[in-house]
Amino acid sequence: MQTPQALLSFENLTLGYERHPAVHHLQGTLFKGDLMAVVGPNGAGKSTLLKGLMNELRPLGGKIRWVEKRPSLAYLPQRSGLNLDFPLRVSDFVSLGHWPRLGAFASVGRKQRQAVGHALAQVGMQGFEKRSLDSLSGGQLQRILFARLLLEDAQLLLLDEPFSAVDEQTTADLLKLIHQWNQEGRTILTVLHDLRQVRQHFPKCLLLARDAVALGPTPEVLTDDNLAKARNMQAPFDPLAPVCEADLEEAR
Amino acid sequence: MLEFVYQLLFEPFFEYGFMRRALIGCIALSISATPVGVFLMLRRMSLTGDAVAHAILPGAALGYMVAGLSLGAMTLGGLVAGWIVALLAGGLARITVLKEDANLAVFYLLSLALGVLLVSTQSRNVDLLHLLFGSVLALNNEAVLLLAGIATVTLIALAVFLRPLVLECLDPGFLKRQSSIGTPTHLIFLALVVLNLVAGFQALGTLMAVGIMILPATAARFWARQLDQLLFTAVALALLGSWGGLLMSWHWDVPTGPAIILMLGFLHLVSLFLGQDGLLKRWVHPGKHLKS
Repeated sequence: MQTPQALLSFENLTLGYERHPAVHHLQGTLFKGDLMAVVGPNGAGKSTLLKGLMNELRPLGGKIRWVEKRPSLAYLPQRSGLNLDFPLRVSDFVSLGHWPRLGAFASVGRKQRQAVGHALAQVGMQGFEKRSLDSLSGGQLQRILFARLLLEDAQLLLLDEPFSAVDEQTTADLLKLIHQWNQEGRTILTVLHDLRQVRQHFPKCLLLARDAVALGPTPEVLTDDNLAKARNMQAPFDPLAPVCEADLEEAR
Repeated sequence: MLEFVYQLLFEPFFEYGFMRRALIGCIALSISATPVGVFLMLRRMSLTGDAVAHAILPGAALGYMVAGLSLGAMTLGGLVAGWIVALLAGGLARITVLKEDANLAVFYLLSLALGVLLVSTQSRNVDLLHLLFGSVLALNNEAVLLLAGIATVTLIALAVFLRPLVLECLDPGFLKRQSSIGTPTHLIFLALVVLNLVAGFQALGTLMAVGIMILPATAARFWARQLDQLLFTAVALALLGSWGGLLMSWHWDVPTGPAIILMLGFLHLVSLFLGQDGLLKRWVHPGKHLKS
């Protein structure tokens, strides 16, 4: 087995809102082809980390260093923010996954429409092309969102709690898809809460509790000790928090 | 019998040039302002049209004061005033804490107050009525050409910006991640709203230009569940309403603008009850459901 190539490294990365850190002094490396779960209690900074990777948030300190140039990214947010009242067909919605190549104006051709059909088949939603978005159940909607992700064809996938409010069958199907993407060489970072799922499907794991508790192979990260540490995370928000000492030392 | 139907439905348009021009003007508005209205409705901005229509007033009044009842001056004035308010509202909503509706309320009120002030310095109230309620029967060739031109520009712009326009309403987060075209698209859309309201106010007046924009769109929602069907149904309803309104105005000798809007309102009520997603369907099948 060849040595894995680094995709990015977190260099003392601190992310947060209005100077209050949500991810604190994160160190670590993500390798190409990693299948990594991000685990931690609510408010531990998991979603914040993904937003930082998407460039939606500027670091308060440190940085994300991309080893080569920034790869193509696709992001599945925790709350999709979809306006489901919008009258649109499933196939039209999924075809928006072609945006990275077609942009705002290029037309969707025959080949792209075929790709939409193929993507729908892969998420087990063939036959739903003409249905409207508002007629879908929560699990079906999640499958559709995965179909769109599939078309985006990104190298680094960031999935934020993709299986919350999704039944077992759908979860199993979507997990299979994640494994398939990983085998195609894509790097995947997934926020999850189900530790059994993480142990079973994700070889690597990052345990966050604002500060990174552990990062590495899942069995070494998800120990009782580490999990207890994560649970004891300091109360989420202190408006009178002093300036972080580690930063003061750096400034000197 | 045939003679009667002809007289009732077609004769005015064959016999009289001004009725023909009025019809052509309304057709242009129907295929231009109505699709814009569909997007306004889908973006939950149905009342934005109303606010922007009020904002147009001072510009049109200024144009009128400078050049009298000149189509060019009043159109230009209306466009400038409308765009200033729309851009201020749309732009400030994206950089300050106030949302777009609040910003719009502020600027359209100021604009309207200014408009009323300007209009009141002129003593002739008949002209004010013309400004507020339009004069579709007095459309000259020049005005019809303007309406047709605006319709052309609108349709091209909507076709070009369809994808970002849909995405900004459907999934703004996705659009933001993919591209920075969201804000320009929104501003272009607002510009189209202003352009069509100015077009509408030539024919129907500032207050009722909004009607031909929004009413067919809301009525069509009861018939159509997909965007493309929605657009075509709305345009068809707008055409039907304009035609019916012109005939109503002709046969009963009532003002045309209100007649068209009332006819569109009638179509909305019909759709509300008889449409595919209308009320009647609910009353006809109480408590019955399908097997699967």
